[in-house]
Amino acid sequence: MDFSNKYVLGFALLLCVVCSALVSSTAVALKERQDANKELDQRRQVIRVAGLAQPGDALPKETVDTLFESIQGRVIDRETGDYIDVPVASVDPIKESKDAEMSAKTPSEFKAAQVSRLSNRLQVFEVKTPGKECLVLPIHGKGLWSTMYGYLAVKNDLSEVVGITFYAHGETPGLGGEIDNPSWKAQFPGKSVFGADGVGLGVVKASAPRDADYEVDGLSGATITTKGVDATIKLWLGPAGYGPYLEQFKTQG
Amino acid sequence: MDKATRGILLDPLHEQNPITLQVLGICSALAVTTKLETAFVMSAALTFVLVCSNTTISLLRNKIPGSIRIITQLAIIASLVIVADQVLKAFLFDTSKALSVFVGLIITNCIVMGRAEAFAMANPPMASALDGFANSMGYSVVLIYVALFRELLGSGKVLGSPVFASVSDGGWYVPNGLMVLSPGAFFLIGLLIWVQRSMTPTLQEAD
Repeated sequence: MDFSNKYVLGFALLLCVVCSALVSSTAVALKERQDANKELDQRRQVIRVAGLAQPGDALPKETVDTLFESIQGRVIDRETGDYIDVPVASVDPIKESKDAEMSAKTPSEFKAAQVSRLSNRLQVFEVKTPGKECLVLPIHGKGLWSTMYGYLAVKNDLSEVVGITFYAHGETPGLGGEIDNPSWKAQFPGKSVFGADGVGLGVVKASAPRDADYEVDGLSGATITTKGVDATIKLWLGPAGYGPYLEQFKTQG
Repeated sequence: MDKATRGILLDPLHEQNPITLQVLGICSALAVTTKLETAFVMSAALTFVLVCSNTTISLLRNKIPGSIRIITQLAIIASLVIVADQVLKAFLFDTSKALSVFVGLIITNCIVMGRAEAFAMANPPMASALDGFANSMGYSVVLIYVALFRELLGSGKVLGSPVFASVSDGGWYVPNGLMVLSPGAFFLIGLLIWVQRSMTPTLQEAD
């Protein structure tokens, strides 16, 4: 069959219009639900890392909502550590870190975490549940293959770690992928965070000499992944990350 | 059911199976088959895309200009895949996280474009829809077979509930790590192809 050029162009145009209308209307119609799912997922992670749930708990939406009544999500200015008065859900630090106007280059001393830019606004979750008070901080950094996204929870007085979790990463299953193994993560709670000269918390090579108060054994066969976890912790707890906020939070109680 | 329809429905399950005979759609068969649940959802997503794309393309088959035929098929398939991905994100969030990019990669799944080009462009809508459905089933059967064994042997579970009590939970079964990694799926698909060709000698190629 022969078609004129005009027909071909018209057909292509019409197809594009119909397809884009289909795609955008689905995206718009489902956006609310998707955002709710994302938020629920994030809340589950926060609850888990703060130790408010048993590891095997399914955490249905109702439970999450009840537990979150005593958790306050806040947005902070990364450089000053001050609160910014906007809803937590409206800020996406990962997305904003890709926008040159809303982020800054990571200082070179933290380049080991391989995070090129840091967003100016960050999320924090202040857990006020009696007896379980802590701060949950979203963190991310590069391992061997992938960027590892997770949360780090520290006690309100910044004395010790409450928990750590990685919810998305693409490390080798069985080796670096063990960063989400509960028995490895179980080494973190109770470790001290800040030493005499800055962040003491870290991960060292498996069975190398270490300071047991601050350092965690790395994973054998996953040197680069564990170095990445170490660099990630140092970056986010340091002055370029949540440092100024933690400082303020501590002095103001 | 006449003979032609039966052929359309049954061939893709066995003698013209898209994965084991035509060796298409292998990448998702390796990637999303560590768990049975993800395999089911992936199969459902592919079925939706393939049936809809085959039907749409067949309806338009006399209107699509030959010179832009491939890109037209691609635009239709890509739109359907995005719709499927969005729906999964809204209603099956956890599974869609496990499937990650592989739903999006249905666009490049050779089965979908293969059926559009080979069948839907030349056949009426009803037959094309059936063909899409049957090919999806051929794909799903293999995916579910691979996922069943990978989950069972790789973590001792079926659909997330323990069947073999694994050592880490105080049982006797030492999970086979190979099955969790992609090569495990290669072995399973290879075994299936071997069994299928041994049972049906007509499928064997001459040396």
